[in-house]
Amino acid sequence: MNETTPAPVAAVPAPKKTPAPAGGGAPREEPAAETPLKQRLAELVQRQGVLAVLLAVILVASFVYPTFATLDNARGVTVQASFLAVVALGMTLVIITGGIDLSVGSVFALGGVLAAWASQWGFFTALLVPLVVCGAIGLLNGFLIARAGMAPFIVTLATLLAARGLLLALTDEGATTYLVPKDSVFAELGQGSVLGFGYPLLIALVLFGAGGVLLQRTSFGQSLFAVGGSSDAAGLMGLPVARTKILVYTLSGLLAGLAGALNAARLSSGVTIVGVGMELDAISAVVIGGTLLIGGAGSVSGTLWGVLLLAVIQNLINQIGSLNSSYQSVVSGGFLIVVVVAQRYLARSRRTT
Amino acid sequence: MAPPEAAAQAPAESTPPAAGTVLEARAVSKRFPGVVALDNVSFSLRAGETHALVGENGAGKSTLIKVLTGVYRPDEGEVRMTGQQVRFARPFEAQQAGISTIYQEVNLVPLMSVARNIFLGREPKNRFGLIDFGRMHRETTELLDGFGVHVDPRRPLHTLGIGTQQMVALARAVSVNARVVVMDEPTSSLEPREVETLFRVIAGLRGQGIAVIYVSHRMDELYRICDRVTVLRDGRHIHTGDLAELNRMRLVSMMLGRDMAEVRRSGVTGFAAGGHDAERTPVLTASGLTRRHQLQDVSLSLYGGEVLGLGGLLGSGRSETAKALAGALSLDGGELTVGGRRLRRLTSAGAIRAGISLLPEDRKAEGIIPGLSVRENIVLAAMPRLSRAGVVSRRKQDRIVEVFMKRLRIKAAGPEQKVGELSGGNQQKVLLARWLCLEPKVLLLDEPTRGIDVGAKAEVQGLIDELAGEGLAVLLISSDIEELIEGADRIVVLRGGAVAGELSGDDVGESQLLEVLADHAPVPEGKAPAAQEDPR
Amino acid sequence: MTQATLTPAPAPAPARPLARLRDPAWYQEYGVYAAVAVLLVFNALFTEHFMTADNLRTQLVQVAPIVIVALGMALVIGTEGIDLSVGSTMALAAALLPLYLGYGLVPGLVVALLAGAVVGAVNGTLVSLIGLQPIVATLALFVGGRGIALVMADGQLKQIINPDILALGTGSFLGVPLVVLIAGVLAVAVAFLVRRTTFGRQIVAVGGNRSAASLAGLPVTRVLMGVYILCGVLAALAGILATARLTASDPSSLGTLMELSAITAVVVGGTPLNGGSIRVLGTVAGALLMQLLRATLVKHDLPDSTAQIAQAAIIIAAVYVARERRSR
Repeated sequence: MNETTPAPVAAVPAPKKTPAPAGGGAPREEPAAETPLKQRLAELVQRQGVLAVLLAVILVASFVYPTFATLDNARGVTVQASFLAVVALGMTLVIITGGIDLSVGSVFALGGVLAAWASQWGFFTALLVPLVVCGAIGLLNGFLIARAGMAPFIVTLATLLAARGLLLALTDEGATTYLVPKDSVFAELGQGSVLGFGYPLLIALVLFGAGGVLLQRTSFGQSLFAVGGSSDAAGLMGLPVARTKILVYTLSGLLAGLAGALNAARLSSGVTIVGVGMELDAISAVVIGGTLLIGGAGSVSGTLWGVLLLAVIQNLINQIGSLNSSYQSVVSGGFLIVVVVAQRYLARSRRTT
Repeated sequence: MAPPEAAAQAPAESTPPAAGTVLEARAVSKRFPGVVALDNVSFSLRAGETHALVGENGAGKSTLIKVLTGVYRPDEGEVRMTGQQVRFARPFEAQQAGISTIYQEVNLVPLMSVARNIFLGREPKNRFGLIDFGRMHRETTELLDGFGVHVDPRRPLHTLGIGTQQMVALARAVSVNARVVVMDEPTSSLEPREVETLFRVIAGLRGQGIAVIYVSHRMDELYRICDRVTVLRDGRHIHTGDLAELNRMRLVSMMLGRDMAEVRRSGVTGFAAGGHDAERTPVLTASGLTRRHQLQDVSLSLYGGEVLGLGGLLGSGRSETAKALAGALSLDGGELTVGGRRLRRLTSAGAIRAGISLLPEDRKAEGIIPGLSVRENIVLAAMPRLSRAGVVSRRKQDRIVEVFMKRLRIKAAGPEQKVGELSGGNQQKVLLARWLCLEPKVLLLDEPTRGIDVGAKAEVQGLIDELAGEGLAVLLISSDIEELIEGADRIVVLRGGAVAGELSGDDVGESQLLEVLADHAPVPEGKAPAAQEDPR
Repeated sequence: MTQATLTPAPAPAPARPLARLRDPAWYQEYGVYAAVAVLLVFNALFTEHFMTADNLRTQLVQVAPIVIVALGMALVIGTEGIDLSVGSTMALAAALLPLYLGYGLVPGLVVALLAGAVVGAVNGTLVSLIGLQPIVATLALFVGGRGIALVMADGQLKQIINPDILALGTGSFLGVPLVVLIAGVLAVAVAFLVRRTTFGRQIVAVGGNRSAASLAGLPVTRVLMGVYILCGVLAALAGILATARLTASDPSSLGTLMELSAITAVVVGGTPLNGGSIRVLGTVAGALLMQLLRATLVKHDLPDSTAQIAQAAIIIAAVYVARERRSR
């Protein structure tokens, strides 16, 4: 080795080391070939495991229940699922940054009421008003979390209450229900369809496509992973941590508001009692979809499969008919346990390699 | 980027390229409530030099680094880069100006891939404005090849060894056009061969005219790679000069602020000269402790009344051995006998019941419970013994706590002060008290004096002496060679998770220890450590 | 960092009476009690028929189930956990109660409480043995628990006619409603548990630094299991009491959003979400504060919407104050 300083002490036992040939012998990581394969397999299972389960459930159900694999049923299931999907998309992004957004259920309901109320002035106000207000709630969440350094769980719990309160204030404590004008363009947005598939579904799919590109192929997406993986490191690498967080909560608020507006358009009215507990459904879908609740890893496609899986389970239980509809939550809860426990063991096996 | 190897061979001359000053701190002061962390300190760094920054804990090294890298702003004085005054509001601004820092704990995102980490925030884009992963992976491979590191750029960072992670951090720093790289104890968790790679890379940086600030406590490393040294003590600048003109003893005495003669006479530790009288039968016998990748057939015995040093480089399995002895590490094989009785299931609680106590290496993460009071931290492990029918007895607790606060001279506002508010040394004493009040037979001390100030260090060392004198069996792990040699009656040296040798009696000395370490330290490439040692 | 820890934190300056009002730590310590006191004084002065025995009794009866659930929640939060399943556990207990009341009062109560213990044991297992994050672990039973309750009750509301159970809901002792009495006794018991028992101190230690607690030989798994089981049992008890007061078992709506009320009470009471400290009295005061706030607004003809927004503001304020303290 080169002795860079002629310090007498340093000249002591020149270790009988063969200087590694340049480029050759340096710290080659553990057997480089084998581990990544195992690793990728584990990752694949984690990422696409839900898809496999979803396909299996659909396959079995199609054989057992002839009414399941019909186009009509598919349309019904997917439109139902598309609202939760849009909310869960925002939740996915938030959870990837290591946060959580409990306010989405209330914001969803608020968005619906605002849209129905504003629809009397036309299509654009019907969309714009809920987006602005819900986006502002998201912004407030983000600001309190990122700038004031408060825990996401508690901040969004508070805005859950506040958004519900705002909704009640708007509707004379729930007594008034705003109706969307019949045959308006806005109502068409919720009820119209292409090839029998409703606009809400198409919008949800487009949003998931955009969300996937945003997450995987843009710097903003990378910074979401970085903030969730290690917020300190992200800050030291010059990423705008606070701004990223504020943006992601704003996005979540916007998406929840949009989903609410679409739902109102579909139902032709701003129903005040929707969205209770929706945040937890969304979190379930995200977690089932393989996104880590601690942040730093996840995908929007997994969330899509998670939402669909929940919707298919619900549909199947309705199909079975003889079963009490309460079984749906039992099965969903069971799935959740299985998925998170499996995730846990996969993560553990990955770490030890 | 030029491959560092090419340059690595070049600059063997003793003086760095006579270049200008790249980074400079002028008369910088920084105060915190109750502490003057930096007092009128000046520091200058020349282009292409490797500059050692040394001092004991609390000397102001990390504050100075934080001032230079934009984490703190100085209360007085100024920071200059190539002659221009700069004011960094955030670390990122310093980074953009060309100052990169490689932290002790690698500051990258563990779950993200190597390539994403290197290009985070400046990803190459294709013509649609989307990230071009093909190019990113290609450039990552080229960049890392230049460092002699060959990994799949798609691999998540956390699946790599610490050394490789550090190389990735370094690669990132260099690729963002760093002119100054700050390394804070970079080798503290590296294996020897990783250290060699790091040194080669540092030499490469020098060839590119990149200046390095190198913070380390390891003398031999400093003398191997650094050109100049700056010594800080108690927040004040003590000395700056060529390292070659400064011998090791003098450097140590400047760091410690002790008279050289005194250092030579009494050593640098608080241990009394002379050994202890060990008993004849071992209190604790471990045989064949084995754990995949970490421990290979480690056997040792501990006698009452002696201090057994556990030597070895970092990653040699010292902490793992201590944890295994304390039941805190699940093993693939091996057995443990305490006082003649074999321990069946190894758990922390079981080991504690058998009279084994472990003072863990990481005081903050594994030792103190910061929100609880000094009293509760002390009685934590002894709580069941100080309770009746599950109800704690304050009277018994207070008595014990008073005794130990006095005996260990724990400086706190009172037993109800929160431990998180104490200094490192006093936290360590609280932890010692936690174990001593269990009246253990065996005390395992993993780096008991790391990160505590000089005074507390000497006190802790004195205490270790005293405890062994009282008949306790003490296992001492320390990266501080002086501490190990002056403190231990006998030293078992580990390497690659296996016992590499034992020194006892008159053989316990620095040269002998270095010999054992040096004989075995370099691990031949491609050979498993155990293969030549113990073919079983 | 190293420097900052070298010297102990400087002793607080001699307190001038008003100076501490500017100290955020004071608010975290006493803010919730002060707020309760302020509300009471305000109502005594400006609200008619508020400070009457009848009204106060009503308020206390209403808050009692929340207090009971919040006590368990405080323990869980003290271990750096959270239990979202408490509302579902209440529903489960409510569903099981009428099914076993036929065998008598005691079997009915035992089965219902046992259900709470089982829910807690499942949560505890997922958290301590499998190592799941508490939010996800308890989310599963939040989703599934109410489903199980509905399946068991056949989705129906069941009238309760057992006089003993009904007495539990409406009876009183020395003028204090039994429900309130039970909540009060439990609060004292939990406070004693936290402050004076080995188990209580171990809960706090595990919440403060789990790996340190483990290395100190504390039975971390057992502590976590115990905490979640206790939380489940307390939630089940709250479910029984609420059912008794309703005189009907209503598993479809009993205890909805209870997790949020309980968490709110704990947080407003000054227990930090990141564990290592449990404030039992604060939790009780937190639940009382939210209850009184709502009652005050209702009495002044302010709508529910305002009450919810006010609650949100109080939560934010409480957490903001806690944050100040933590960053010091």
